[in-house]
Amino acid sequence: MLVRRTDPIGSSEITPEAHYLNRREFLAAAGLLGAGLTGVALPASASAAGRAQEPKALGKPYGLQSDDKPTPYKDVTSYNNFYEFGTGKDEPIENARGFVPRPWTVQVDGLVAKPASYQLEDFLKPSAVEDRIYRHRCVEAWSMVIPWRGIALADVIKRAQPTAAAKFVEFTTLMDPKRMPGQRSNVLQWPYVEGLRLDEALNPLAMLATGVYGRDLPNQNGAPLRLVVPWKYGFKGIKSIVRIRFVDKMPNSAWNLAAPQEYGFYSNVNPDVDHPRWSQAKERRIGEFSRRPTLMFNGYAEQVASMYAGMDLRKNY
Amino acid sequence: MSDSLNAMRRRSVLEPQWFVPALFVVALLPAVIGVAGTASDLLADTRFFGSNPIKAVEHYFGQWTLRFILATLCITPTRQLLGWNWLAKQRRTLGLFAFGYLMLHWLAYALLDVQLDWHDLTIDLAKRPYIMIGMAALLLMVPLAVTSTKGMIRRLGGQRWNRLHQLIYVISVLGVIHFFMAVKKDIGQPALFAAGLAVLFAFRVQRWRARRAA
Repeated sequence: MLVRRTDPIGSSEITPEAHYLNRREFLAAAGLLGAGLTGVALPASASAAGRAQEPKALGKPYGLQSDDKPTPYKDVTSYNNFYEFGTGKDEPIENARGFVPRPWTVQVDGLVAKPASYQLEDFLKPSAVEDRIYRHRCVEAWSMVIPWRGIALADVIKRAQPTAAAKFVEFTTLMDPKRMPGQRSNVLQWPYVEGLRLDEALNPLAMLATGVYGRDLPNQNGAPLRLVVPWKYGFKGIKSIVRIRFVDKMPNSAWNLAAPQEYGFYSNVNPDVDHPRWSQAKERRIGEFSRRPTLMFNGYAEQVASMYAGMDLRKNY
Repeated sequence: MSDSLNAMRRRSVLEPQWFVPALFVVALLPAVIGVAGTASDLLADTRFFGSNPIKAVEHYFGQWTLRFILATLCITPTRQLLGWNWLAKQRRTLGLFAFGYLMLHWLAYALLDVQLDWHDLTIDLAKRPYIMIGMAALLLMVPLAVTSTKGMIRRLGGQRWNRLHQLIYVISVLGVIHFFMAVKKDIGQPALFAAGLAVLFAFRVQRWRARRAA
């Protein structure tokens, strides 16, 4: 590699962030290309190494409409709600820069036959890694299409062998205000917790994600392990998970604790049930000018609606 | 202490020549940035206002509206503390800029966000308390903008004009409440505006008490 010496750098010459980010993507792609030349199996995304700007979306599409296009990597990884790293959408990418999500332990306990504490690598190893493209609908009425990489949540649950008493699954985010500066403010009760009914957690759509666009999850997206439940509002997708506990009572969830009348336990995407302060009938897809209609269960009714048969979705919002 | 304050007062009897041009530049800059940045984001796929530019610029103009409303409320205390009486003339300018930013805020909402979908606009207005409050503040500000000319002041008479323009106190409170209700849980920003407003109100209450005691 040729390295050219340069004169001392004036402040006017410091690379603007956008270029620097592109450069990082370029280096990542160059790394993949390098791996390819040395005979290491080359993922499909590396064929884009020449362009290097936008990683290629990987995966099998689930529930996508004909006009659903994957949201650019740049937007997926810079427009984030992750209050552990600040409440602004642009804050997590900045404040999570130095976060190191390794080593990482995941504790599986509660009403299970096989409680255990795993190193992340051991936790993931037995499961098949899949790439799936899902729609993502935030409770704030914006949406994305995201190519996730991860494992089926059902797989993890089956391994843990929940007892007959287990009815719900509770997830907990890392609690570490030193590494997660947002936890020093009391904007939410920390640690962030979330929950699913056991049958929801066993639904084949429910996923534990470890990556986006075929790459490891960026810190601001919930590294190293996050929940993805595409028929629910985005905040149900708890990030940086350290604990999965099986319980017999409906668990708390962070947003339900913060504002129970606004954020229910189920939080299924539903265009007919408004948030008390705004309508959920439409959404703005990131990158699009006009709003589009929001679909029942975010377009996954076929796979999930039967779980809620007979329930009053206005009450169980 | 009071000597230096008096010296400052003597020196500042006259409006500095650069003041009005500087005020216009500073006051117009956020509008130019807001409009140009949004146009670039929407038309050229840039990210000046991030990934969701329509929402971002809506909030951006809303916050500038509140900043200018607070700026108009700073004029009287500044005059009284520093004796800069020439500032009085600029209160109207600041108030009209506040109204201009309010219009941009409303346009970002109605034109870019809801895209003049009248059904959605009316539903919002009928069902969303924070929209009602914001719209009330907007409607209350219209008569203030309309009566800002010299001719209107003359026609109304100083006292009646003054009383009408005290509506700005109501408008400012409505504006901050609107902001509180629009955020999800991150009340830092609205709290900052509320604190600023509290200081400006406290100053007036204190003057009013002093005057009554005298």
